[in-house]
Amino acid sequence: MKACCWYGKNNVSVETVPDPKILNRGDAIIKVSLTAICGSDLHLLHGAVPTMESGDILGHEFMGEVMEVGDGVRNLRSGDRVVVPFAIACGECFYCKNQLWSLCDNSNPDAERLELLYGYAGGGLFGYSHLYGGYAGGQAEYVRVPFADIGPVKVPESLRDEQVLFLSDILPTGYQAAENCNIKPGDTIAVWGCGPVGLFAIQSAFLLGAERVIAIDDNTTRLKMAEERCKAETIDFRKTEDVIEALKMMTGGRGPDSCIDAVGFEAHGANPVALMDEAKYKMFLATDKPIALRQAIQACGKGGTVSIPGVYAGFLDKFPMGAAFAKGLTLKMGQTHVHKYMRPLMEQIEQGKIDSTLPITHRMSLQEAADGYKTFDTKPEECVKVVMKP
Amino acid sequence: MKKRSVAGSALAILGGDLVFCGLTGHSRLHKALGFRPHEDSGRWVPIPYQQGIRVDWSITILRPVEEVYSFWRNLENLPRFLRHIHSVRQIDSLHSHWIIQGPSGKMVEWDAEINNDEPNKLIGWRSLPGSEVDTAGSVHFKPAPRDRGTEVQIELQYKPAGGVLGALFAKLLGSDPAKQIREDLRRLKQVMETAEFATTEGQPNGKNPIRTTRPRVKRARSGNK
Repeated sequence: MKACCWYGKNNVSVETVPDPKILNRGDAIIKVSLTAICGSDLHLLHGAVPTMESGDILGHEFMGEVMEVGDGVRNLRSGDRVVVPFAIACGECFYCKNQLWSLCDNSNPDAERLELLYGYAGGGLFGYSHLYGGYAGGQAEYVRVPFADIGPVKVPESLRDEQVLFLSDILPTGYQAAENCNIKPGDTIAVWGCGPVGLFAIQSAFLLGAERVIAIDDNTTRLKMAEERCKAETIDFRKTEDVIEALKMMTGGRGPDSCIDAVGFEAHGANPVALMDEAKYKMFLATDKPIALRQAIQACGKGGTVSIPGVYAGFLDKFPMGAAFAKGLTLKMGQTHVHKYMRPLMEQIEQGKIDSTLPITHRMSLQEAADGYKTFDTKPEECVKVVMKP
Repeated sequence: MKKRSVAGSALAILGGDLVFCGLTGHSRLHKALGFRPHEDSGRWVPIPYQQGIRVDWSITILRPVEEVYSFWRNLENLPRFLRHIHSVRQIDSLHSHWIIQGPSGKMVEWDAEINNDEPNKLIGWRSLPGSEVDTAGSVHFKPAPRDRGTEVQIELQYKPAGGVLGALFAKLLGSDPAKQIREDLRRLKQVMETAEFATTEGQPNGKNPIRTTRPRVKRARSGNK
């Protein structure tokens, strides 16, 4: 089969590799009908995520048709059309049973390694390094999906592939980010980052009762999407001298009620502190660049929540703990518990309450994946989301 | 930020190495300073194995105490998750015959007895006097708080007589026996909670593609011709 494989920094290509097989009784083999490149795949492209091995198959946002199931699978049959969550969860451990699906105890064969790094290990992920199990990903013609009774969600015929693909990751991620804000009716939410996750976070914040959402970015295409399609008010941080002052003025001097950092650890900024972050990052003195996160904490109103869908990987420098403490902030964060949200969000899509295809700007065949990565990485003004058909 | 101090650079290297070491188990710094991990030397390194291997670990399994106790009490189940053990055969209610097998096929065997058995609380076993391998283990079971199942506390000890046996253990358990046994206990939890072991062995990858569009890299051949 064809699969998009990682061979090093800025080095991905589509190769012909063996087809996947059933390895455990609970597995299914999915024939991929549509897949996407995620913003977090760019961290892999940049070589910013350790433990990648040459030849690893990438991709964690995918959907398709069930081709084969292991003899332990009860809920799926050949021919079922499904969308698959990017986090792999067993459904049987304490965390799965308590809806903390991305913290699964049993789905990560590399748990020992992750535990060394973080104290305790979360579950495996598709196509996201050997910290997370090294599972072959879904930018391919076929994927082996473990715990097939637990993850994949059947898709009704009334919904097209493009409408449901993002239930695999970015839509639940944006929704969880908004849910973590503890939004009360009438709240004002500020969102850093108008990429696909940010755009879904904006939509979700309105769905959850926010009255206003203020979106911050420097990318005019994405700010326009946030404004015109998602009804957000926008701040371009390259044109606004002081984002925090601007937010204060826009909120009667109170600040936003909650803030969402939908940017993550490879942030970029236009101020001296941001430049320092960049320098430290390049010299390996810092593993993460918390530019957006710092601003979010500084900007957040008293008693508010800073919601962090991430991704963060290592350690932060100059973290404004004093500001967070002084304002009594709540920080809520983590990898998305995708399984919790897929069915409820699919219902909202069916009812027309979510514009779930909004971020798509580029459509191509899987064969063109290397170009897709390059465009996504180097042309953020024109490219917001790439979807690929095997 | 314009001045790069020596101390700053040194810290950067140390910091980066620490992260690298934590992630991969190898330290470039250690290698540079001449410390060699055991697998590097290619020979049996006497120190850990003459003193024996001791592992203490604790894990919580979301199954009732009775179930976890019964699973372990049937010692023939142990090789299902303790990968270094080839087989355990129950001789009678207290005695069992254990076999471990090295990668080359060499087998080491001993008899053991249960010297402690409190149902749903404790199982203790030890090799009989005169065994080639002096080994003992104990596992404590107790209900975990809330509905979290069973807390399992394991102590496992091996003292091979020396020489070839030490080398065998080194090969089976690697340079970090505690790590392998911790992974094995995770396997116990996996099999008891999900009836399968999380694995990616046998999955496809692009290391040696069937057909590739990538330029072929000519490798220099050493030696003949």
